[in-house]
This record gives sequence, C-alpha cells and structure tokens, in this order.
Amino acid sequence: MDLSGINPAVLIASLMVASVPIMLAAIGELVTEKSGVLNLGVEGMMIIGAICGFVTAVETGSPLLGFIGGAVSGAALSVIFAVLTQVLQANQVATGLALTLFGLGLSSLIGQGYVGIKPPPTGMVPFGPLADIPVIGRILFKHDPMVYVSIAIVAAVWAVLKFTRMGLIIRAVGESHEAAHALGYKVTRIRILAIMFGGAMAGLGGAYLSLVRVPQWADGITAGAGWIALAIVVFASWRPWRVLIGAYLFGGISVLQLNLQVAKVPIPPEYLSMSPYVITIIVLVIMSSGRGRSAMNAPAALGQNFHASR
Amino acid sequence: MNRRTLMATAALGLGLAFSGGANAAGMDHVKACFVYVGPVGDGGYTYQHDQGRIAAQEHFGDKVETVFQENVPEGADTARVLTQMALGGCNIIFTTSFGFMDATQEVAAKFPNIKFEHATGFKRDTPNVSTYNARFYEGRAVQGTIAGMMTKSNKIGYIGSFPIPEVVMGINSYYLAAKKVNPDVDLSVIWAYTWFDPAKEADAAKAMIEQGVDVIAAHTDSTAPLAEAAKTPGVIGFGQASDMSAYKPTPRVTSIIDNWGPYYIARIGALLDGTYEQTDSWEGIKSGEVEIGEITGLPDDVKAAAEKVRDGIADGSYHPFTGPINKQDGSAWLAEGQDAPDGDLLSMDFYVEGIKGDLPK
Repeated sequence: MDLSGINPAVLIASLMVASVPIMLAAIGELVTEKSGVLNLGVEGMMIIGAICGFVTAVETGSPLLGFIGGAVSGAALSVIFAVLTQVLQANQVATGLALTLFGLGLSSLIGQGYVGIKPPPTGMVPFGPLADIPVIGRILFKHDPMVYVSIAIVAAVWAVLKFTRMGLIIRAVGESHEAAHALGYKVTRIRILAIMFGGAMAGLGGAYLSLVRVPQWADGITAGAGWIALAIVVFASWRPWRVLIGAYLFGGISVLQLNLQVAKVPIPPEYLSMSPYVITIIVLVIMSSGRGRSAMNAPAALGQNFHASR
Repeated sequence: MNRRTLMATAALGLGLAFSGGANAAGMDHVKACFVYVGPVGDGGYTYQHDQGRIAAQEHFGDKVETVFQENVPEGADTARVLTQMALGGCNIIFTTSFGFMDATQEVAAKFPNIKFEHATGFKRDTPNVSTYNARFYEGRAVQGTIAGMMTKSNKIGYIGSFPIPEVVMGINSYYLAAKKVNPDVDLSVIWAYTWFDPAKEADAAKAMIEQGVDVIAAHTDSTAPLAEAAKTPGVIGFGQASDMSAYKPTPRVTSIIDNWGPYYIARIGALLDGTYEQTDSWEGIKSGEVEIGEITGLPDDVKAAAEKVRDGIADGSYHPFTGPINKQDGSAWLAEGQDAPDGDLLSMDFYVEGIKGDLPK
C-alpha cells in the first residue's frame, strides 16, 4: 500500500470534474420536481444531449456550440414528455421510463457515423498566475469553463427558488396545483417550462460527458448517470446546495475508489467498486428514515397530473 | 402437462423443425446469428466481432444470412435471447462474450441440431458446442515490451474488466514482458468490473495518470482510456481489440486487433459444405487472429524490440510464458525453459511473482 501517490489537491480537482454531469442533470431535475413533475427520463435526455452536443461540436468545430446543442436537444426531447404528461395527461412514471428507452435508442441511431471521432478540445479557463498557487490553484483555478458554469447554475437555481417571485410560483405549483390554479397561475405552462429547463440541464450534463469527460462518442456513454442524478435529488431533499454536496460525494467516492486501487490498498476491489452506490443508498435511507414526506421536503403535488377541469 | 413444459416442448419441436436440415451432408443456406455483449458502435471488442460477421456475409453472399443482437446482458436474459434465435431459424449461433458461457451450454442442450460457438470460454458440455478464442496474451507481451522501455516513472498500468483467466493472463504477460526489459517496473491494476463504461474507464486512466503511471494498457472495450491519455503529454496507451487509429500516432502507439473474419468464414463454410466438427480453437499472432496494429510514435530501438517480440511469437521462437516463473506467493509455477501449458493459462487465477496487490477471486 502506498498512499503517498494520492495527491489530495489533484483528487479534489478530479472529483469536481467527475461530478459535473450528474450535478447538472440533478439540478435540472430538482427544478422539474419542484414544479410537481416527476420526470424519470433524465438518462434519456442526458444521452441525447451527449450525442447531439457531440455532433454539433464536431460539425461546427466549436465546443461552445456543442454545449448549446446538447442543452437544446435535451430540452427538445423533454417537450415530448411535457406534451404527453401535461397536455395528454399520461402517467408521468411510465412516460419518463419510455423517454429513457427512446433516448437511448435514438442516440445510438444518431451516433452511427460518429464513433471513433475526436471532438474539438475544450480548453481550461485561463486564470493566469492564480492557477500556479500551490494546492488552491490546482483545486480551484485549473478547470474547463463548464465546472464553473455548473456551480453558477446551482447558485442561480438556489437564488431563484429562494428569493424571487418566479421561484415562489414554481414552488406553489409544485406544492398545490389546485391552489396555484385558483390564484390564476398557468399551472400547465409553468410545468412545461420547468420540464424544459430540466431537459436542457440534463442535455448539458450529457454534452459534458461526450465533449470533456470522456471525450468521445460511444453508445451508452451515460451508463446510468441519469439514475444517479435522480437519486441525488432525493438525497438533497430538493435543496439546491445539497445537490452540489451529493454530486461531489458521489463523484468523490467514484474517483477515490479508483485511486485506492492504483495505490494497491488491500480492500477487495469489488467493495471499492460498489462503494459509491452503497453509500448513496445508505444516505438515502438515513435521510428518509423515521420522517414523513413533508419533513423530507418533497413537493406535495409531485407526480400528480393536473387538469383545470377538476 | 403444465403450461411451461408444454411451451418448452413446443419450442423444442419448432427448433427441431427449423434446424432439421443441418447435418453432415452440408447445407445450401446458413443463417448465422451473433450475440454481442456491447454495442456494435463501441469501436473495440464488439465492433471487431461485427467486422468479422460482415466479412463472412460478404464472403458468402446470398448463401448466408447473418443476424445479430447487440447489448445483450450477461445473465438471465442471455438464455432468452439465445432461445429466441434458435427458434428463429438460426443454424449456427456465435456467442461472443465469456459471460455467455453457461447460457450457451443450457440452450445448446435443448437444441442439439443447432451449432453453438462460444468465444473465450472453456465449456463444451454437448457435442454441438465449440469454443474459440485468440491468444491475446501474445499481443500483451508486445505491449509489455514497449511499456517497460517507454516508462519514465517505472509505473505502468492495466485497466482490467473482470478477474477472469482471459484478463489475468493478459496482465501477467504484460508484466513479464515489461520486467524483462526493465527490472524496476511496477504495475498497478484497476478492476473496472465492467466491459464497457466509457466514463469509468476514463476515470480509471485518469486516476493512474495522477499517480504517475505513464503507460496504460486497457482490457475494456471502449477508447476512453486513450482519450484520457491524450490529455497528458508523455502518456501512452494501446488500442484494444480494434486498431483505434483515431489516436495515432500517440497516445496509441500500437494495438491488439481481434481479427475474427477468417474464423467465422471457416466455420460457416464448414457448415455449408458438411465438414463441420466440434472444435476448440485457440489461435494467435501466427495465424492472424491476433494482429499487432502499426507501431507509431516510438523511438526506433523500442519499435525494433517490439517487432522482434511479435515476430518471435509468430515463428514460435518466443513464448510470453517461459520459465523460470514463480507465482505471486513465491511458489514455483514453470521450471527453467518450460513453456506454459494451455490448460494452466486457460484457468489462470494468480498473479506472477513481482506484481503487487491482491487478485480478487
């Protein structure tokens, strides 16, 4: 065993990168769920974002356009979900699962001609001398722009939900759509917009996978990240900053277990491999034990369809 | 007779009816089916099997119909997919992953007239099951030679999928070859417990690079470790299963290419002309099933040394496992001058002496 090879600063820097896709997808899903809609199609929207972002970046040569393309395509896919559940009143759970399956298949189809191609590189944000500060420079100032953008988005979502009228309306719709409707808010319209925001964030997270984290296109590239994002929303009890903590915790354990294997720590790798999932489950159980749904902070109208005639 | 046995009997009868034409007298038309563990677009292992399928299709034209199913999970679903294929009129079914082994035996026992070909396994419970594999460890010796000569930190890495003999012999071969040219070399192994998860494979490569590893071999199916290596100058890796030429000339400095086409053509051809027999095929560099991809971006002496190993294996003068070799715990495995018997390789469940860390059981 040789732990001296593990540099904590490098480890923290890696976990920040590893967490970006699930953090983006989770913060989008948080807004969707805050408005009272349960969209289980995160995995599907992520992978569509991954391939469409990849295709856009390769064809235009611009990673920035790639990220935009990923977000737009994720939002576009979520519109299908929005129409089915908000307009046609389909069951949200079933529709969300179908969206995941559809997204996986469609991404594979779009990606046929894009295997083995390298995307244009996404550079680091030039912080100049700041990046050379020992330890702190490595952790904070040597990342690609999306790492900062993702944290900024979490902050923005927190601020909007907590301090603005718009946030209040989204929360009202999610807590009691009947009351919000009685007050004159357009429940369906607000929910569709929240779903699209969720789709855009999932798409952005997917694009980060195929453009920065891996960076290439391969079928099934998300490999379950969307499901982890869904778990993190519950884990975070629908609070934005806790999404960040949850994503860092999951990303951190994923990265740490690989580093421990390289350092030849005498823990069987089976246990290390399963550790991120086990810890996620344990935390979820602790978070939800012995308390009611309201104490968990779940939106009261989560997963319930709304129609103005009722 | 309950419903389940009724259905099983009906299924069996159907299978017999469809496959009744397959016998020693040869066939006019063969339907060849392929079961893949990953997507054909993985750019690696499954992609190469599919290239083999396409080669067979082109070789035989109208006489052969090929069908494949990708992304088949290793587990209960495997038997279901195989049964469906058997009922669907397949004459020969190629199951291309180690984890399909038991399901292949199970379904093959129910359909005695259909030929089953299982890749990288060792079970042939019924006469209609053949196994085929390639001596990938030969290619690992070439890579290990390069790794030992090219590493500056004396730390080399190997991303393993699952601790099965196939992978373990690759690790041992890689390490022994590296140690032969560089006695100070230290090997780190990461078990990913997946054949295909690009993000995890990239993270594994990243963890290695951050701890100073500068030559990374991967035994998983995607190109992600190479993409990760490309981000750090001076780190090199190898194409796995497929040439992965997008990463030429570096970080991909050479590759192991699985070339299944000739085998698939030979087996389907044998079925067509009636010479088909149960076999256990295990060929390597010599017969072309294992190809060493073009060596790029290396100094001339390293390239020459790697080619010498490759050519030595091809003409039989070099064996990646020649004694004296001890097991990790210090007990003797091969005596001076002794080449490893195939049986030992196919059931290999130990690291050789010098590799640190425990091999998961």
